[in-house]
Amino acid sequence: MIHSSLTQMGAALRAKKISSVELTQTYLERIAQLNPTLNAFITLRPETSLEQARAADERLAAGSAEALTGIPIAQKDIFCAQGWLTTCGSKMLHNFVSPYDAHVISQFNKAGAINLGKTNMDEFAMGSSNETSHYGPVKNPWDTARVPGGSSGGTAAAVAARLCAAATGTDTGGSIRQPAALCGISGLKPTYGVVSRYGMIAFASSLDQAGPMGRNAEDLALLLNTMAGFDERDSTSLQRDKEDYTRDLNKPLTGLRIGLPKEFFADGMGSDVAKAIDAAIGEYKKLGATVVDISLPNSKLSVPVYYVLAPAEASSNLSRFDGVRYGYRAPDYTDLADMYEKSRAQGFGAEVKRRIMIGTYVLSHGYYDAYYLQAQKIRRLIAQDFTEAYKQCDVIMGPTSPSTAFKLGEKGDDPVQMYLSDIYTIAVNLAGLPGMSIPCGFGANDMPVGLQIIGNYFDEARMLNVAHQFQQATDWHSRAPQL
Amino acid sequence: MPLSLADVEKVARLARLAMNDQELQAAQAQLSNIFGLIAEMQAVDTKGIEPMSHAQDVAQRLREDKVTESNQREAFQAVAPQVENGLYLVPQVIE
Repeated sequence: MIHSSLTQMGAALRAKKISSVELTQTYLERIAQLNPTLNAFITLRPETSLEQARAADERLAAGSAEALTGIPIAQKDIFCAQGWLTTCGSKMLHNFVSPYDAHVISQFNKAGAINLGKTNMDEFAMGSSNETSHYGPVKNPWDTARVPGGSSGGTAAAVAARLCAAATGTDTGGSIRQPAALCGISGLKPTYGVVSRYGMIAFASSLDQAGPMGRNAEDLALLLNTMAGFDERDSTSLQRDKEDYTRDLNKPLTGLRIGLPKEFFADGMGSDVAKAIDAAIGEYKKLGATVVDISLPNSKLSVPVYYVLAPAEASSNLSRFDGVRYGYRAPDYTDLADMYEKSRAQGFGAEVKRRIMIGTYVLSHGYYDAYYLQAQKIRRLIAQDFTEAYKQCDVIMGPTSPSTAFKLGEKGDDPVQMYLSDIYTIAVNLAGLPGMSIPCGFGANDMPVGLQIIGNYFDEARMLNVAHQFQQATDWHSRAPQL
Repeated sequence: MPLSLADVEKVARLARLAMNDQELQAAQAQLSNIFGLIAEMQAVDTKGIEPMSHAQDVAQRLREDKVTESNQREAFQAVAPQVENGLYLVPQVIE
């Protein structure tokens, strides 16, 4: 059952072939067995999960079940969930038991899904390897000497290792897509504003977006049906009609125009990744798609622009952690300023402090125009490149990450090297576009390679169709690591 | 662009992050490298380009000016480091 799709699981639950309690128990046992090695979860509350499962079984028996009722879903530890420790991977929130539910959490609760546990992540979602978590790094299930990617690395590892049926992630610069690629699973970052950010701990508010991570595109469509929708508690939530993201899954791809940005296929991509991506494009041609060469001339600037804008927003968002209302407070201090400074110095890890400092600097007097405003202007140029490109194509494809999963500690001392691992994903966040990653083969050391699919604004249903058709013709998405 | 140690000290103070000399020096080297990466931006001609502050060009939604939150003081203060009689406690700031 743990290798089944959500559709199959839902059908089995509704047909009473298995109960939600049995299914939840199966995953909890698997977590107990494998999590000590993988470190994919920060918090588990088996009794709470089983209590939800019993309620789901009653709903299933009453015949009022929905698509996800009774299905165990893991939640990235960035989402506040009432009664659950919600750490965001930080010592700063080591004791924060959330008094309320994030919108995403309440949507899953309403659907009758089971909260199986809170997944490990880079501290405050700042990182590409999961090594910045205060709770220790997550290991990649395909090779435990390697990173799972980040920041949604715990989620990606949990899905890949079949420790949950599916899970949630968030993506500010690639944090859903890059770990999905490195762990050989599917993940989707929706158009900015499609999923409410209410109760999702903020990193860079103009870029942050929650999305589903799972084993295949069909599962992602079901999850997005639950996660997406207007929420008045998020001022950037978009007022749009409810969509059924499964509606186009089975459409043929005949006539689909795939844009290949020359900048994504230039220097920097590993030859093993290039080979898998080329093969995937070949498969799409067999499915009836045509290929168009496009250019995103300003995309090369996305890393520098991102490392001005995201830290600037983060330095402002993280000013709320002051040791007064919640979270960590230093044990010894002399006065109020000393309490702030010591609580923040002891509560935040090195990468978070680095980004707060970058952000504070670029927003400070005398530097604002040269850094922050200049970055916002280039952000528009980057977004306009996509608008131009979509005049010639329906979707854009390329690699998700320049390499397969690297070794733990390999990029530890050099933040710039780590930042460059998000080179293909960041532009999508800056433009606010939807992007996804699906498994498309294996590269060096038999590690998974991800194909990135970038859609036009609100084109999630088409992207899911494009991914699903590929997954009907290939079986990369159903490969599982030996554990 | 290399940052001076004084720059880093000032930023740490503005960001309310206590740092010792060793940490300041390490931060100076790492931040200088990062600003080296960011410097690429400066050569781009952005004359006449409107800054893009948000992913969607939509106007801020307005709502009626009425109370929508319920009083949850006890729940919120349960996670505070130090409270007394419904008040958050901090070191004395007024003599």
